[in-house]
This record gives sequence, C-alpha cells and structure tokens, in this order.
Amino acid sequence: MDFTLKIWRQENAKAKGRFETYHVTNISPDCSFLEMLDQLNEQLIQQKQMPICFDHDCREGICGMCSLYINGRPHGNDTGVTTCQLHMRRFKDGETIWIEPWRAKAFPVIRDLVVDRSAFDKIIQAGGYISVSTGGVPDANAIPIPKEKAELAMDAAQCIGCGACVAACKNASAMLFVAAKVSHLALLPQGQVEAKRRVKAMVAKMDELGFGNCTNTGACEAECPKEIKITNIARMNREFYKASLT
Amino acid sequence: MELNSKIPSGPLEQKWTQYRAHQHLVSPANKRKLEIIVVGTGLAGASAAATLGELGFKVKVFCFQDSPRRAHSIAAQGGINAAKNYPNDGDSIYRLFYDTIKGGDYRAREANVYRLAEVSNCIIDQCVAQGVPFAREYSGYLENRSFGGAQVSRTFYARGQTGQQLLLGAYGALSHQIHLGNVKLFPRTEMLNLVVIDGKARGIITRNLVTGELERHFGHAVVLATGGYGNVFFLSTNAMGSNGSAAMQAYRKGAYFGNPCYTQIHPTCIPVHGDYQSKLTLMSESLRNDGRIWVPKDKEVAEKLRKGLLKPTDVKEEDRDYYLERRYPAFGNLVPRDVASRAAKERCDAGYGVGSTGLAVYLDFSDAIKRLGRKVIEERYGNLFQMYEKITAENPYETPMMIYPATHYTMGGLWVDYELMTTIPGLYAIGEANFSDHGANRLGASALMQGLADGYFILPYTIQNYLAHEIRTPSFSTEMSEFAEAEREARERIDAIFAVNGNHSVDSFHKRLGHIMWDYVGMARNREGLTKAIELIRALRKEYWKDVYVPGSPYEFNPELEKALRVADFLELGELMAIDALHREESCGGHFREEYQTPDGEALRNDEQFAYVAAWEYKGQDQAPMLHKEPLHFESIEVKQRNYKE
Amino acid sequence: MAKFFNSSIGKKLMMALMGLFLAVFLVVHLSINLLVLKNDGGESYQKAVEFMTSNVLIKIMEVFLFGSFALHIIYGIILQIQNWLARPVRYVKTNHSQTSFFSKYMIHTGLIIFIFLIIHFMNFYFVKLGWVAIPEGATHRHDFYNMVINLFKNPFYSWLYIIFMVLMGFHLHHAIQSAFQTMGWNHPIYTPIVKFIGVAYAILIPLGFAFIPFYVLYFF
Repeated sequence: MDFTLKIWRQENAKAKGRFETYHVTNISPDCSFLEMLDQLNEQLIQQKQMPICFDHDCREGICGMCSLYINGRPHGNDTGVTTCQLHMRRFKDGETIWIEPWRAKAFPVIRDLVVDRSAFDKIIQAGGYISVSTGGVPDANAIPIPKEKAELAMDAAQCIGCGACVAACKNASAMLFVAAKVSHLALLPQGQVEAKRRVKAMVAKMDELGFGNCTNTGACEAECPKEIKITNIARMNREFYKASLT
Repeated sequence: MELNSKIPSGPLEQKWTQYRAHQHLVSPANKRKLEIIVVGTGLAGASAAATLGELGFKVKVFCFQDSPRRAHSIAAQGGINAAKNYPNDGDSIYRLFYDTIKGGDYRAREANVYRLAEVSNCIIDQCVAQGVPFAREYSGYLENRSFGGAQVSRTFYARGQTGQQLLLGAYGALSHQIHLGNVKLFPRTEMLNLVVIDGKARGIITRNLVTGELERHFGHAVVLATGGYGNVFFLSTNAMGSNGSAAMQAYRKGAYFGNPCYTQIHPTCIPVHGDYQSKLTLMSESLRNDGRIWVPKDKEVAEKLRKGLLKPTDVKEEDRDYYLERRYPAFGNLVPRDVASRAAKERCDAGYGVGSTGLAVYLDFSDAIKRLGRKVIEERYGNLFQMYEKITAENPYETPMMIYPATHYTMGGLWVDYELMTTIPGLYAIGEANFSDHGANRLGASALMQGLADGYFILPYTIQNYLAHEIRTPSFSTEMSEFAEAEREARERIDAIFAVNGNHSVDSFHKRLGHIMWDYVGMARNREGLTKAIELIRALRKEYWKDVYVPGSPYEFNPELEKALRVADFLELGELMAIDALHREESCGGHFREEYQTPDGEALRNDEQFAYVAAWEYKGQDQAPMLHKEPLHFESIEVKQRNYKE
Repeated sequence: MAKFFNSSIGKKLMMALMGLFLAVFLVVHLSINLLVLKNDGGESYQKAVEFMTSNVLIKIMEVFLFGSFALHIIYGIILQIQNWLARPVRYVKTNHSQTSFFSKYMIHTGLIIFIFLIIHFMNFYFVKLGWVAIPEGATHRHDFYNMVINLFKNPFYSWLYIIFMVLMGFHLHHAIQSAFQTMGWNHPIYTPIVKFIGVAYAILIPLGFAFIPFYVLYFF
C-alpha cells in the first residue's frame, strides 16, 4: 500500500510548526500505524534528515504513551484502539493521511507530534488515589465488594491516561479522564472515606490547568481506546455535588 | 571480591522475621536528612519510591517516559500470585516457595524465594486497600485462577490488565507522596551514569530528554528499578523503550551481573509476520487455562495449512497432536513457560509448524467454548480475543489462535545480596532489574509479585540497614570531581556516537543484533552457536561504532540518540549473555543447551557443577569479564529433576 | 459555595438548571399561545394574557424567568470562551468523532435564539412595558391577540419565526438529555427514557409554536 502523509513538524515548544508532506510506499496492510511511521523514519534517516518524533512505548495498547490525531480522529479511524493497535488495513491504498499532535492548551507540543501530558499527572497527584501507607491494612477479603460494583470500578479504572478524550473533545475537556479515576475509587468502599476531598481537589486542579468544560458531546467516549463511558462523568458530577453541597 | 549473599542464619521460616528484628533502623529525624534516588517507576520503582517517601526519606524518582504510569509493568496481563489459599485448595507459603524454586529449576536462592512467598499475602492486602479492582466472586470475595507451574489457584487478577491495575495502585501511592512533597518526580529523564564516591553509590547523571541537558543528582543510596533487558532481542514483548542501560552502567562501575543468560521465552505470543515488525504481542498465559495447544500429526497436513489450502477447523480431532497434553499429562497445557516454549519450537523445527512462516502452533478454544459456552469464554478472555482479532484480523471464537514463543522476561540481572544490594555499597537493584528470585525460569504471575514485594515490603527495610550508617554523611555537593567525571564520561559517550556519523540507522543495527541473539542465544543454544554469536556480536559492535548514524544534536528532544545509547549497551550485554550461556554447560529453565538434554528432550541440569549463581565482573571494554560463583545451598527443598509429567 | 459556582461543574449545573427551568416555561408559553387558535376572536387568549400580566405569583416567577435567561446566557458565553481558550491551536482536519451532532452547535443555536428573543421582546414584552410604541392594528398595550395576528399575517415574519423554532428544536434536542447528564442523572434504564422524552420534547414544542404562524398565515 502507498500513502501520502501530511505530518505536523515543529522543532520545539517555541518553534513555529508546519505541515510537511511525505510519501511511503510498499506498506503491508498488516503493519501497525506506528510501524508505518517507523518505516518513514528509516527513510528519513537514510536521507540524513531528522525523523518524525512521536510518543510510543509498549505498542500493545496499554501504556497510553502513543497519541496522534489521524484524519480528524484521535488514535485514527478504528474504535477501542490506540494508535499502536491501528493497522494500515483500515486505510485505503493511496490515501492521504493527516497526522496532527493532540491539541490542547494543557498539552503543549514538545516536538513534532509529541506533547506534554504532565497535566494528567498533576490531576492525579491532587487526589486520584487512596491515601493508604504501606502496611497496616486489613486482610484483602475483609471487605466483600459486590461483583457488579467491582466490575464497574474496573471499567473506569481501565483508563490508560493517553489523553484521547481531551484531544477529541471540542472543548479540550479532561472530564472523562478525571471522571474515570473519581468513579473507580468512589465505587469501592475503600475509596469512600476520601471521596469528597478527592473529587473537589481533582476538579479544582483540572480547572486550574486550563482544560475546557464538558458539553456532554460524547466525543471522548467515542474515541476512548478503553471505551470508558460518560456515565462516569455523570457519576463524578453527582460526587461533586455531594461533596460541595452537603 | 568474595560474594557475600548476607543470608541470615536460622531456619528458613525465621530468616526474614529474625532479620527485621535485628536490623538497624533510621530514626524519623534522620530519615528527613537522607536522600534516596530511585530510577524507574514500574511496580518495583513506584512502590519503593512511594514507601520510602511515606517513611520520611527524601526521594527523587526518575523515568524516561512522560509519566510514571507508563512503565512497562503496565502491560502485564495475567495476574499476581499470593499464598492466600482463599480457594482452600491446599496452598501455603511453603508451597508457593516450593513451586517458585522448582519452576526456577533450582537456580534461585532459597532464602530470597521464601521471603517472597511470605510477603506475597501482604501485597494483595495492600493492593486491595489501594483500590485495585481485582476480580471478585458474586459473594463479593476475591476470585483466583490457576496459572502455569502450579496445581493450586493462587493467582489474583483484574481482567487481562492486572499489571496495569497494580501499577496504577503504586502510581497512586507515588502520586500521593509527590503531592506531599516527600518524593520529587523527574519524568522524561534518563539515567546515563552512576556516580561512585569512595566505593559507594552516591548519585547519578541524567539526561533531560526534552532539552538534552545533562544533570547531576546526589543520593545517599541509589535504587535501580529499571526492568529487564529482553529488548536485546529487538523483537520482544517488552516496550520499545525498555532497556538494560542502567544495569550496564552499574556493571561497568563494578556491580556484578547475575546469570545474564537466563531469558524467558514466553510461549503464547502472536507470531512474527514481517520485517517491519517492531514488537511482539503477548497473549496472556491465562489463555492456556482453557485453550488447547496443537499442531497436526501429519507433516503434509501442516504443509497444506501453511499454504492456506486447508483450514485448521478442517483438521479432524484424531489428526491433531495436542503435544503438551501428550508429553506432560499431569500439567498438560499448563506446564511452565520454558517447557511450553521449547515444545513449540521442537514441533515447528520438526516440520509440524503452521501459519505462513511455519513458525506457529494453534491455541484452540473450540472445546472450551463447547464446554462453557461462548459467554463464559468472552467474560474470561474477551479483551484478549479482541486484541488478537485487531492485530491478526482473525476471529479466535471461530478459528484457533496462532501463537509462537517470544522473548518476554529476563531472570538475570544485577547480582544482589539478601538485602537487594549490588556489589557496589549503596546501590540497590529491585524488580526485574535484579537477578534474585526466579532462578532460571520465572513462573507466570510471579513478576508482579516480586516487583511489589521488593518495592513495598523488602527494600524499605533492608535499605535502612545500610542508611543507618550513613546518618552522619552530609548531602554531597554535585560540584565534586566524581560527579564532574561521571558527567564527562556520559558526555563523551554521546559525543562519540555523534562523531561516528555513519550511514546506518540505530534500528538496523538493533535488528541485526536481535537476529543473532534469537538464532544463537534464544530458546535452544549450543557451544558452536554461542561461540559464533560472540564473534558476530563483537564484529557488529565494531561496525556500530564505525557506521551508525544519529541525526540531530545532543541538546534537543532526540529519540534517535536515546535509542543509540541503549543499543550501544545492548551490544555489550548481548555478548555477556552469550558468554554466560556458553559457560553454563547444563540445561536449566530458560537456558537450554542442546548438548545437555534427557533422551526425551527435557532439560538436563548439572547440579554437581552448576548449582551456583554466575556473577560477572566487568573488566573493561572488549575484555573478558570475570566469573564469580555464589553457590546455591538447598536446605529445605530436595533438588530433583523437574517433572511435569506425573 | 463561591468555589462551587466558579468550578466548571458548578457552572455547568447552573446552565442545566436554568435551561430546564426555561424548558418548562416553554410548555406554559406554548399552551397559552395555542389559545390563539381557539375560534373565539381571541377572548380566551386575551384572558390568559391578562392573568399572566397581573397575577402576583406570575410576577415573581417572571423575575426568576429573566434571571434564568440572563444566567443561562452569561454562563453559556463564559463557558464557551473558556472552551475556545482551552484549544489555542485548532486542528486542521475537522473532527470526525461519533458525537451527538447538535451538541456541537449549542452556542450557535443558543445565540440565534437570543437574537430571536430580542425580536420577540421588541414585538411583545417591550410593548407591554411601554418601551416600544403600540404597533398598528393593536388597540392597547396589552392587546397581544391583535399583535400576534398582525405579525403572523406577514409571511416573511412567520417563516422567520418558523426557522427560529427549528433552530430552537436543535438546541432543545441536546439540551434535555445534557441537562440530566450534567445533573448526574445517568442510569442504564432511565437515561434512554430521558433521551427519548428529550427528543420528543425538542420536536413537539417547536412544532407547536411553529404551527401557530403557519395556521394564521394559511388557514386563518
């Protein structure tokens, strides 16, 4: 398969970026999107040019490192996958593919397609945990947790922190990311103790970092590689009202 | 230097309790004055940094990824072992200990493994308290499943994402400590050198991956939690960034490297399909609970399957060779990983392999679907099946999966004593970065257990035994000559790589190294091949330093430079692995020497001569390393030929 | 509390509550409007208008209503500006994510409704207050019946009105379900019902309003 690629190039955070056009040929349909970029980079290195920088690590859809806004969709035109799990068979031979970095005030570009997502870490640091120290905890089976609750918590806990929700949202809102963590912990009895403090601190941090507001558009849910539902946002809203108004 | 493993005296069950009762501790007032560097934020690193922060030490934690949550522990799928015996099926601390020693083919230290089994239960308690959403029964109590190498169900899991959930738990604990100011986080920062002052580890040199600046950091102690070096094979289940560089830096500074040749080849990975491929995807071992592994009995049928003239579903039951069930009736498809991997290789080498390359075997769920219904299978493995389908465009509910072994984990690593300290005082290695607990083969769901055991429950104790003597040591200025010297070394290495200015990409060399490693230092090794591998790697290393091309400059965000430095280290590490594999004239666990096998093809150990840990000392670039032996004494366990047949 | 109303979720809650209140008001407004169609020369309609303009309780509600309008609009604009600021560099490729279509244009439909509201006030409410001269054909400041009929006899006005109603339908289509989501009411059983009612509401209410000029224009 052959493709024309329009890729955002930007030397560093301060530099002015631009789109550059590249061509790749003879790409196997079984190859992943990142492997396609690897091949382009190999070409560029052969020509002694700077390869395209993009974040990636595990290449099996769990580390949340890879990003890329491909033809108007975070992680490209497949559902429930990250870019590393997107395969070239999802594209038409000869297609022109636009590749942009995540765009959000809270995610400044570092280089080319690499953005700084440390804002997510800061939100978690504000309270996205149960403040238990090592040791001195009860037996794991001391608190039975209904299976349904545990499953719902797991659904939310699957978030990989990739930022696709922010990238997809027309408002660059981080509500789904924050809601996933708030929900995961609020659903479990262990998380109840700090639930009020947690949701207030995390929402305040989210607002402070310059993410947009939620307009319940649902783009986040549609693009989440782990298919986390916006029911979690509703749950976070409830938790937030409970914490703020009672 | 004489290796002192510092194993406490007394009966096995008492060692850890006795150790803790008598070790030195650091008072709260002194903890505030002591700085600890932790490199890596996987299960071991994050849990250690968080726990040390909780205790009151001043901790600096480093990771090369953009967030601590990305460390490759996140990708562990199957589960975590613990001797809770919740299912009442006869498990105990002793049995977990026994299974781990036996699974490791009697090449691990008894005292370490027993301690691991002892603290395993605390890990589950801790993780549940942190909110890790483990799988539960309808009763609300925790569910267990079985895993390779055990006859009990002792594996706790969170769907197919156990590693992720455990890491997010540790990441949460770490984030809490960062919030409190006890831990300072340095993301997108890579360690480039170790600083040793008066024989003790006192700091590290790092590169800020965004700006390219080199930075100096002081610590009263340095903890390496930098994972394994499986990426020496280029294609592996490791993340693209996983590397052995921190371990190599320590090795070059005098830390011994333990058992470098022990590599785990995981039996259930998606087979290789092309040259462009960058990594291999693991399908959780838990699949072997319900999946049955087979190849055709007839070579001609295999040939037809390879050419696509026949579909696997067309092969009749009586024409299928369920070779694991045939060879190992007692454990069947649940034999340990090394056994399963070698058996697959044996069948494929004999011409029975399937898939377009002939390097694949079937993992079939049709029986399980018939027995349990599609819904149950979907509940158990839904996400794995989906993942498989996304990658291969084949539906495993309808046609058997194809799998083949791939490099997954390295049991070898920096040699550490009972306190997890390397041969450099004040330098610790935890998690996959050390060699300690898995012997020659790691059992499934034990890596998560070891990482968290080291980080939460072992290192935070043992490091105090060292730091108690450091309370009078002030924080050193990073202006000291040793820091400047270490930084100069790091800078020179970077400059040297740019100075090559050759014609080939880093990846092209890495791939060539990978092929050498896979062909000669992979699942089956022999004297001739290993000797050849050593020559080939040396030649490749020379070529690398003459012909590698790294674009850009050191002072910018430059992933090619990061890779180049890592591959330079892999080129030395690969040789060390081959040297170790060549010297170990026996077969044990993940190390299979073709010259040493039983008549029916099982690994043949040589306990008389090789019941020791091989610890290698660096003697200089292109010099042969020096072997030190730490003899293994088995007091509580009878050393036997591993038998998974009956 | 101040913190709450300054938070993104707090502001969203205000939007939702005010919006829902306005949506309920639309039902009252529509039911009165429909009296125009009663074939009694506007007697019932005029009675209703008199009740609405004189009753004390309604007067109090009126204050709430205007307050709601103001807050809904002000919060809407503040949130939108924040949302634009959250993405200073836009994408070149337009977004292709699967989303609720109308939700993307709430600010646009909202602003159009606001323009409509000003016209609407010029035509009726400001007349009542005496800020605007009594239009031709109406006998006095409260003679809404004749004002309505005269306006709707104008095809240009009527069709503009109908178009505004369609756009209001777009706004309402997302509004109802979104308000419930913002209030934290998302439930596997009830949310589909809420969504259905929301859509039905978004169709029926504007349809009801639009039917009046259509009827006046062609069948009166």
